[in-house]
Amino acid sequence: MKNIRNFCIIAHIDHGKSTLADRLLDATGSVTVREKQEQLLDSMDLERERGITIKSHAIQMNYMHNGEPYILNLIDTPGHVDFSYEVSRSIAACEGALLIVDAAQSIQAQTISNLYLALENDLEIIPVLNKVDLPSANPEEVTDDIVDLLGCNASDVIPASAKTGLGIQEILNAIIERIPAPKGVVDEPLQALIFDSVYNPFRGVETYFRVLNGEITKGQHIKFMATGKTYYADEVGTLNLKQTPKKVIKTGDVGYLITGIKEAKEVKVGDTITDAKNPTTNMIEGFEDVKPMVFAGIYPVDTEDYEDLRSSMEKLQLNDASLVFQPESSAALGFGFRCGFLGMLHLEIIQERLEREFDMTVITTVPNVSYQAYTIKDKETPILVNNPSDLPDPSGMDRVEEPFIKASIITKADFVGPVMSLCIEKRGQITNQTYLTPERVELNFDMPLAEIVFDFYDRLKTVSKGYASFDYAPIGMRASHLVKVDVLLNANVVDALSALLHKDNAYDIGKKMCEKLKELIPRQQFDIPIQAAIGAKIIARETVKALRKDVTAKCYGGDISRKRKLLEKQKKGKKRMRQVGNVEIPQEAFMAVLKLND
Amino acid sequence: MVDALCQELILRKDEIPGSLQTIYFGGGTPSLLEAEELAQIFKTIDAHFEVSANPEITLEANPDDLTGAKLKMLAASRTNRLSIGVQSFFEEDLKLMNRAHNATEAVQCLELAKQYFDNISIDLIYGMPDMSDARWQKNLDKALALEIPHISSYALTVEPNTALQKFIEKGVVKPVDDAVAQRHFEILIERMQKAGFENYEFSNFGKPGYYSQNNTAYWTGKSYLGIGPSAHSYDGATRSWNINNNPKYIKAIQSGELPIERETLSMTDKYNEYVMTGLRTIWGISLIKIEESFGLKYKEYALQQAQKHIQAHLLFVDQDRILVTQKGKFLSDGLASDLFLINLS
Repeated sequence: MKNIRNFCIIAHIDHGKSTLADRLLDATGSVTVREKQEQLLDSMDLERERGITIKSHAIQMNYMHNGEPYILNLIDTPGHVDFSYEVSRSIAACEGALLIVDAAQSIQAQTISNLYLALENDLEIIPVLNKVDLPSANPEEVTDDIVDLLGCNASDVIPASAKTGLGIQEILNAIIERIPAPKGVVDEPLQALIFDSVYNPFRGVETYFRVLNGEITKGQHIKFMATGKTYYADEVGTLNLKQTPKKVIKTGDVGYLITGIKEAKEVKVGDTITDAKNPTTNMIEGFEDVKPMVFAGIYPVDTEDYEDLRSSMEKLQLNDASLVFQPESSAALGFGFRCGFLGMLHLEIIQERLEREFDMTVITTVPNVSYQAYTIKDKETPILVNNPSDLPDPSGMDRVEEPFIKASIITKADFVGPVMSLCIEKRGQITNQTYLTPERVELNFDMPLAEIVFDFYDRLKTVSKGYASFDYAPIGMRASHLVKVDVLLNANVVDALSALLHKDNAYDIGKKMCEKLKELIPRQQFDIPIQAAIGAKIIARETVKALRKDVTAKCYGGDISRKRKLLEKQKKGKKRMRQVGNVEIPQEAFMAVLKLND
Repeated sequence: MVDALCQELILRKDEIPGSLQTIYFGGGTPSLLEAEELAQIFKTIDAHFEVSANPEITLEANPDDLTGAKLKMLAASRTNRLSIGVQSFFEEDLKLMNRAHNATEAVQCLELAKQYFDNISIDLIYGMPDMSDARWQKNLDKALALEIPHISSYALTVEPNTALQKFIEKGVVKPVDDAVAQRHFEILIERMQKAGFENYEFSNFGKPGYYSQNNTAYWTGKSYLGIGPSAHSYDGATRSWNINNNPKYIKAIQSGELPIERETLSMTDKYNEYVMTGLRTIWGISLIKIEESFGLKYKEYALQQAQKHIQAHLLFVDQDRILVTQKGKFLSDGLASDLFLINLS
């Protein structure tokens, strides 16, 4: 146990986390040349494409230091605020963390919130100043930032370049010398923390864990404490670049477990694994059931594909336990599912995976957060509103509460003004403003979560020219003056386009929605009026003018083949649209409200 | 070139079953053909194909090519129909379209042609950005006064990479306005109807007995053999097209090879083509024919897809046929693609 080191990496997107991890694997000889592939740890296509880590990963490295063999377990963490709970569990599985800071961009909001998590868990922090080789690097100033933040010495900060390999040896030395070995009691009953799980279609769910006390052996009868279910450990092993089966995983070590579980939702991140007969009395603290933050309807474009969509969603849920869904129906879209997501990125990932892995063409409706409505009759019992259509009739309603968050934004002093105006426009109230350095400011706001869902990230990026980072944490429900804005196409309400908006923004957003829809809905054989309404009151109107001419002049012997193919292509485009009443609506129109400022 | 054409005719003599009902000299400028060359082609056709008793034989020409001598020569050949690219009887329009003839030549040519040919078709273009409704009416009046029995009339279409497209981009010429084209089309329909013409295909108007038999074959799924560079053929199952490069075409034919690409049509392809061409014609699409040729599923699908357009008065059903209404004519591509079937296994 004394030669085991468990650590994670805390970094902002693009600060070089995955590249640095690859360098560590290289330097410890954990990867053969043949296995080399850029950014080894990001194994999903989506992760590689977007350059972000969605799932947690773990990898074991064997390393000789001063003639002694060491086991280094790197637990890679997701790099997006949607997955902050998963990050917290990964951190809880470690004794140390590499804090990677880009020498040009310095510390970002996301880094700070994860760093605080690591400090709360008493992790030893090794600050690494990455990308020092870049011409734009500002090592002295950024080192000062780090020293200010951590209260460490400048000499503790390791200058590095994951690109050139500079500092990699120093980092490995620091991991061994500065991060404490795990402290656990070998003789105690098994107590292991689940920090992630991966779905394998052939072997079932693979559970990743860290043993805190006791040990886990192949064939052991075990129990997951939160779910209360028991299993036999069919296989345990360590996570080298490929899985290596072992007879036992000892105290302090990290490994994987296969029990034949077929559904990811049985394996809850943060749960405690113990022995079925001789269980520990201490469940590991910090376990939470994942709670979806953003809801949206997902519908098949072709109503006949409903059952296919259901089976695809069920398969997705097998490997993504944080996805929740239940059937719902919409007057406009027919049968589909109301789905809960961890955040907007998670929503996008699910949508993309449905299209890529299951070849489903789906319509995603305007996302919303989860509201609580109270009626005049019963002012105490909340009615859950996960869909604008669930909102009780305004005449019988006492109030609606919406989830608020505490937003933390770090930006350059030059952009404080624009960032503040944006947050105020998004109904934010400033609670704190701290100059981290003369150049860098941290701003805190209390804001409705719903405002983050609607194009906040993009706007923040724009107003700060990219020099702002953002993180948030929920702070509970607050009453808000919300109204339901409906959209009518050709005088029919399209329920899937309804949105709950704050009263003060409703007119403006309603108008922009009509304008955006006018852009997105193709001209058809008749005029299509687009209206936004609050109840019976029309607040905005646009018209998609009828198509006047849609016919090619000539269609002779040589034109037929080409023309057929052209019309077939058009038909394919129309098949991706949804007919509501007699209006054909393209998929993206249902998300139009998210792109009002494009 | 003429040798190559004759050689291709021989190479493909077995591709088309039965006798030839129509022969059409079109594309490029077949009016440049000399008497001997025309004779050589006819001789080859006669030697290797069966020709029906009274075939329609059309030759396409521009007014500036049709001199008295040329007309005399053509009349002496077996050609019995002329398709003349008049485009307009107004100088402004001809300039915009960059035509070689002028307005006076157009009229003179037609008067002369009428002395030799009875079956004459002319092309007229409408929807020019600067063409007033009155000028378009005058164009039609001139054609009718000349007692031409067939008119092909096309809305001006701006093709990519043409001089016209460049002029529009640079603002020298006003962009095409669909509203103008639609108005002109309405005028066209009204005038032609009054004069006793049938709008038997979206762009084609003929007096009874003067429909283009050759072009009708394209719209009714008949087989045809296209000879020459970039010519298209259809044998009822496969569409094919020759290379669109003259030297390469000649070289291939000389070495005894066909420079051709082919595409075999699936059942659905054929159905889609039937819908696409049928809806443009006065005959519409026959539900009985769809059921017989493609099956009940196709017929039901077509009817189901047509419903919303029938309700919107863009399509109508007459006995067993689905047809485009007057209102639907200008939208018939979209209507056709709505009835298309994609990926039915």
